[in-house]
Amino acid sequence: MSLSILAVDDSRTIRDMLNLALCQAGFSTSLAEDGVHGLEVLDGLRPDAIITDINMPRLDGFGFIEAVRGQDEHRATPILVLTTESAPELKSRARAAGATGWIVKPFDPVKLVRALHMVAGPGAST
Amino acid sequence: MTTPDPMAEIRASFFIECEELLEALQDGLSMIDDGATDDETVNVCFRAVHSIKGGAGAFGLDELVRFAHRYETVLDEVRGGRLAPDHDALLLFMRAADVLSDIVRNCRDGIVTDPDAVEPTLRELEALTGGSEEEEEEEVCDFQPMTLSLDLGGCELPEADPAYEIEFWPERELFQSGNEPLFLLGALKELGSTEPRCDTDKVPDLSELDPEGACIGWKIRLTTNQGQSEIEEVFEFVEGLCTLKVHKEDPVPATGLPEISGLPSLEQGVSDVENSEPETQSSASPAENSAEVAPRMTLGIPEAPATTPPEPQPPQKTGATTPPTIPSIKTPPAAAAKPAIQATATKATVRVDLERIERLVNLVGELVINQAMLSQSVTQAGIPANSPVAQGLEEFMQLTRDIQDSVMMIRAQPVKSMFQRMARIVRESSASLDKRVRLVTVGEATEVDRTVIERLADPLTHMIRNAVDHGLEETETRIASGKSDEGCITLSAAHRSGRVIIEVSDDGAGINREKVRAIAEDKELVQPGQQLTDAEIDSLLFLPGFSTAKTVSNLSGRGVGMDVVRKSIQDLGGRVNITSTPGKGTCFSISLPLTLAVLDGMVVEAANETLVVPLGSIVETLKVRHEDMRAMGPNTQVLQIRDSFVPLMDLGVELGFRNPRDDYNGSVVLLISLEDGTRSAIIVDTIQEQRQVVIKGLQDSYGHIPGIAAATILGDGQVALILDPVDLMANATGKTRSPSSQLELAG
Repeated sequence: MSLSILAVDDSRTIRDMLNLALCQAGFSTSLAEDGVHGLEVLDGLRPDAIITDINMPRLDGFGFIEAVRGQDEHRATPILVLTTESAPELKSRARAAGATGWIVKPFDPVKLVRALHMVAGPGAST
Repeated sequence: MTTPDPMAEIRASFFIECEELLEALQDGLSMIDDGATDDETVNVCFRAVHSIKGGAGAFGLDELVRFAHRYETVLDEVRGGRLAPDHDALLLFMRAADVLSDIVRNCRDGIVTDPDAVEPTLRELEALTGGSEEEEEEEVCDFQPMTLSLDLGGCELPEADPAYEIEFWPERELFQSGNEPLFLLGALKELGSTEPRCDTDKVPDLSELDPEGACIGWKIRLTTNQGQSEIEEVFEFVEGLCTLKVHKEDPVPATGLPEISGLPSLEQGVSDVENSEPETQSSASPAENSAEVAPRMTLGIPEAPATTPPEPQPPQKTGATTPPTIPSIKTPPAAAAKPAIQATATKATVRVDLERIERLVNLVGELVINQAMLSQSVTQAGIPANSPVAQGLEEFMQLTRDIQDSVMMIRAQPVKSMFQRMARIVRESSASLDKRVRLVTVGEATEVDRTVIERLADPLTHMIRNAVDHGLEETETRIASGKSDEGCITLSAAHRSGRVIIEVSDDGAGINREKVRAIAEDKELVQPGQQLTDAEIDSLLFLPGFSTAKTVSNLSGRGVGMDVVRKSIQDLGGRVNITSTPGKGTCFSISLPLTLAVLDGMVVEAANETLVVPLGSIVETLKVRHEDMRAMGPNTQVLQIRDSFVPLMDLGVELGFRNPRDDYNGSVVLLISLEDGTRSAIIVDTIQEQRQVVIKGLQDSYGHIPGIAAATILGDGQVALILDPVDLMANATGKTRSPSSQLELAG
């Protein structure tokens, strides 16, 4: 009943909070600090869903999503964008890049888990 | 040991992260101010503020969110190339960074920030973008978690929940974005009871089927106590990627319970859809397992069991409030996998309580003393130097030294953070005096023991203020003397011969020695007409109760003079020097020990007293020959060393242990060099050894003793004083010839 999640965010605080929320939900979590690091961590990993921030050094969220979607095994992996902005154009840009959904920061752990289930299912596979 | 609250830990770590981000922000802004035009620098600034905002939102720090948000909005304009920041705008950004750091610290300490300190900067920031406040507020509101629906209207009667007819036709793009109708239907089920029917009419023949196309739709009847907005929220991610119609059915008679009674079976129907492995969901309602014969494709069909409910029970209550897939315990694989992943995810740093490090430093200090005692007893026991014991001890000594170095390295940190604080002092004091001042920093990466850094902040702040206030001329005066209207203060740090040299220099008018002298005479600090060198006049600034400002200004006139600055630097085992060139500027130079804990010293004897001379100050040791000594004045002599003459002094005399001896021929001399390059020769009786000593402060018990820096405990347990050669020489009489019997400087 557990999902495996890759969370990418350049803020240590947000990473810690994501990790805490996801662990409390019984998910197994992998963390990465930016887009480039995210792709490195993703290598060899088959997460049920990916959460990513937008504003990050080296490779931002948009670039990261595009790169993930470019990989055959991840073209349908659900990706949630974590954003403080809720502006519609940001959502449409995230979607254009291939994001599945978005979560507005600060996130509510319950809503986060619900959103993950919404895109990745109940997680019975592992 | 109780497990700490994880959120409290994250909160603490958030504020540490904030400090790092603020530092990055300051760096970025100064780089832009220095002409950096690349996008990444602006991006770094933006991200710093952005991350602070993000974290602040998570902890409900509204003040911080509000300020960071507006600040970020302006930076976003810069980032997007819509706003080109001029120098004034950058100054505003730096002020905003200062305010931001204030708010961060206040939030950390639970203090409410004074709006008067925030609002002006906020308004200035807004003026840059011309953004309307209303709009901003609205966006801020968007951060709040959504409120619960109150569609029930407060009615708690078991009224029948309204039913909705939902028509859902995914489009091809829905699948491309990684969404999955199955999970959306599952999410709908969380809201209430669903009766999904699959519409496969549009599915073409297999030969014509586009494997990635979308040709199935669903009609779902949902009975829920949630409102339409909650239903639409489920489809938030797929909005625009599907055809969605939500229609509320006419209210049914308030029979309530029978409606609910149909639920278990319906839930079962959807669970089939969700899951092809029955056992994972079987706990929901084991009685209905027979219904699971329904294959996936016919997911609309299992409605029939709804007509024969086993018994009325409200399982949807729990199903709706708590997501069923969240086990409350961590699964072992998840816990086991976490540390390994984190190791790669975060940089290999640990944050350690400073107290623990202090303790380690003290213990290592004790170890050094202990090791010294041990080698002394080994020597006394007459064990030969080539014996295994002596050799082992030698290695032990090496290890001790390595440990000590490593421990010191833990405490060392770059002076950068302190320099950034000083940048702020410059900004604030220049603003209040209406002077334009640029701060140039050099050697930010120089590492110093953090206790030194901490205790240096106050005196340095005062020196910077002084430089802005007194050092730099008024703008008109600067222009009149052909200088740039912008004053320049340079703050530099460097390692030099085992010490740290920190310099504060300005390009102002230099010290007005006439005025200084007049004031000193006026205040009876010096005798009228007394012969004084330039350096001596400059040093008058350090005398207690000296202030040259004609009017007590807002900044410097706080009753804190340079004497206090000098005192606090001396307390750190440091010295402060002043050099000034009229019309060119003044430079204060602080010389500090790298650490306050240990010292490489030379153990010497003078008048039967064991003393330690810091090794860093000793250039060489030599023996005095009679022909090298030259008389100078009635009591003093100089020593010729190669091509130069160096003042000669007797340590025993200077410390008041004895009178000058008749003949110094053959005496051992230490050649001492000061930071400014001047040298002196100090006569000692014997040199015992060279070794590392642990510094034990005397300040607490004895105050500042002229010529003495601290004390230490030697290998035999004896206490020895550690000399401060520079201070010693400054107060030296230099008597090496006087036949008189009087004791100088007794005590």
